[in-house]
Amino acid sequence: MNRWKPWVLSALGAVLALVAWWIASDQAGSIYFPPLQDVLEGVWTYWVVGDGGRHLASSMVNLFAGLAIGVVGGFVLGLLIGQSRLVRTALTPSLEFVRAIPATALIPFAMVVFGLGSEMKIFIIALGTLFPILLNVIDGARELSQEARDTASSFGIRGWQKQWRVVIPSVLPRAAAGIRIALPLSLVLVVTSEMTGSNTGIGYVLITAQNSFNQTSVWGAIVLLGVLGVILNSLFGLVEHRLLAWDKGLHRQGDH
Amino acid sequence: MALLEVRDLTKTYPATRRGARATHVLDGVTFDVNRGEFFTIVGPSGAGKTTLLRCISGLLRPTEGSVTLDGRLVDGPPRELAPVFQDYSRSLYPWLTVAKNVALPLTSAGIAKAEVDDRVQHALASVGLKGEDAKYPWQLSGGMQQRVAIARALAYRAEVLILDEPFASVDAQTRADLEDLLLKVKHESGATFLFVTHDVDEAVYLSDRVAVVSKSPSRIEKLVDVHLPAERNQLTTKALPEFGELRAEIFATIRHLVVAKPTAQGPEYVI
Repeated sequence: MNRWKPWVLSALGAVLALVAWWIASDQAGSIYFPPLQDVLEGVWTYWVVGDGGRHLASSMVNLFAGLAIGVVGGFVLGLLIGQSRLVRTALTPSLEFVRAIPATALIPFAMVVFGLGSEMKIFIIALGTLFPILLNVIDGARELSQEARDTASSFGIRGWQKQWRVVIPSVLPRAAAGIRIALPLSLVLVVTSEMTGSNTGIGYVLITAQNSFNQTSVWGAIVLLGVLGVILNSLFGLVEHRLLAWDKGLHRQGDH
Repeated sequence: MALLEVRDLTKTYPATRRGARATHVLDGVTFDVNRGEFFTIVGPSGAGKTTLLRCISGLLRPTEGSVTLDGRLVDGPPRELAPVFQDYSRSLYPWLTVAKNVALPLTSAGIAKAEVDDRVQHALASVGLKGEDAKYPWQLSGGMQQRVAIARALAYRAEVLILDEPFASVDAQTRADLEDLLLKVKHESGATFLFVTHDVDEAVYLSDRVAVVSKSPSRIEKLVDVHLPAERNQLTTKALPEFGELRAEIFATIRHLVVAKPTAQGPEYVI
C-alpha cells in the first residue's frame, strides 16, 4: 500500500458508516433509533451550546482527578513493589484479592463513606484505574536487566539518580500500556458512578433521559461518550509519541 | 604492591531446593593485576568468568576470599572500576542518546556541565565516534555501540576497565578493529585492563599476561607472560612464531582441562 492509502481508506470507511447510520436511522421510524440528524442536533443544542456543559465539565473533572490519582498511585506503588522482593511477596495475595473485585461493586460502599458527590466518583475511578498501571509497572521494574542494574551500580548511579534516570524511564513503556487500558476504563467508571448515585454528570443525564423515554437524548449522550473516548485516546497517543519515541525506534530496529 | 589483588576467591551458590546440590562456581581464585597492565582471563565457556568479574567489581559478595584495589578491600562497586559488558544493548540505556549515556555517570556524580560535555566529547572522539553524540545507541551498529560503552568507561576516568567478553557478539572484522581500538585507548589513557574472553587468539594478541581458568569450580590453572613487542599488529604480531607458541601453550592447557574433567554428561572434547 502507498503512504496515503490507509489514511484515505480509513476516512472513507468512517464517512460510509456515518452515511449508513444517517440513512438507516432516518428510514427506521422507530422510537428506539431516532434519526442521526436529530441526535446530532440534540448534541449541539444541549452539550455544546446548552446546559449540558456543566455536566460535561463535572464528568471530565472527576475523570481526570480519578485517573491522576490512579496513575500516580499505581506508578509509585508499582515502583516500590516491583523493586522489592520482600514487599512483593508480602503484598501479592492481597493485591490479587483487591484486583479481583470489580470497582463498580464498591459504589454502594463508596456512597456510604463519601456521599453522592465527586469524592465517591473519584474514589471509584482511582481504584479501578490503579490496577492496570500498578501491575504493568511492577512487571516493568522487575524486567530491568541484570546488566542495566550492574551498570548503574558500577558507575555509582544510585538512590534518586538511579530511580529518576534508570528505573523510571525503563518502566515508562509499560506504564503507557497500563494507561491505554485505564483510559477507556475511566470513562466506564465515571458514567457508571454517575448513573447510580449522583445528580450531575453525563451518566446522570443519560439515565434521566432514559427514565423520561427521551431516546434522542440517550443517543446524544452515547455519541458524546464515543467522541470523548476517541479524543482521550488521541491525546494520549500524542503524549506517548513524544515521550516514548525511543521505545518505538528501538522496537522498529528489532524488526529488521 | 599490585593494583588489584584477588585472594582465594570462592563462590558457592546455596541449593535452591531441598535435595539439590549447592553450586560451587569459584574455587580459590588467586591472582594479581599490576598497574597499567593488560590482564586477560581465558577459559572454556561455563567457567564462571562472569561470576568472577562480578565478585571483583563488588557487585557480588564472594563466599570466601577477598579483593583489594589499591590496598583497600572491595566491599561494593569501587569508584576506580568501570565495566564494559558483553551485552551492549542492555548496558547502554536505550532512552538516552549516545552523549547522555556517556555523560550519565558523570552527571550523577554532580560534575559541572561544562566539564561533563568536555569529557564526553573527548571520550567519543577517542573511540572514533565524533559526531554520533545525538544518535540513540540502537541506531548504531553493534561494534559502534560497544565503542560507546568503552567511551563511557573512559569519560568516567576509571583506573581499571573490566571487560566481560565485550566483542563476543560482533563480526570478525569489527572485532579486530575493536581490539586495536582497545590497545590504542590503553596506550592513551594508561589505564589497567582486566579482560575476559574465551578466544585464545584475542587473549594473546591483547595481553601482557594471560590467566587460564578451569571449568567451574574455577581456579587459575596457569599464568602466561606474553613477551610480544608492545606494538601489536593484527598481521605481523599474529605471524610471529612466539605468537603461535603462546597460542599453542594456552590451547593445550585449556584442552587438557576440558578433557581431564569429565562433566556429568560425560567428557566434553570441544571447546
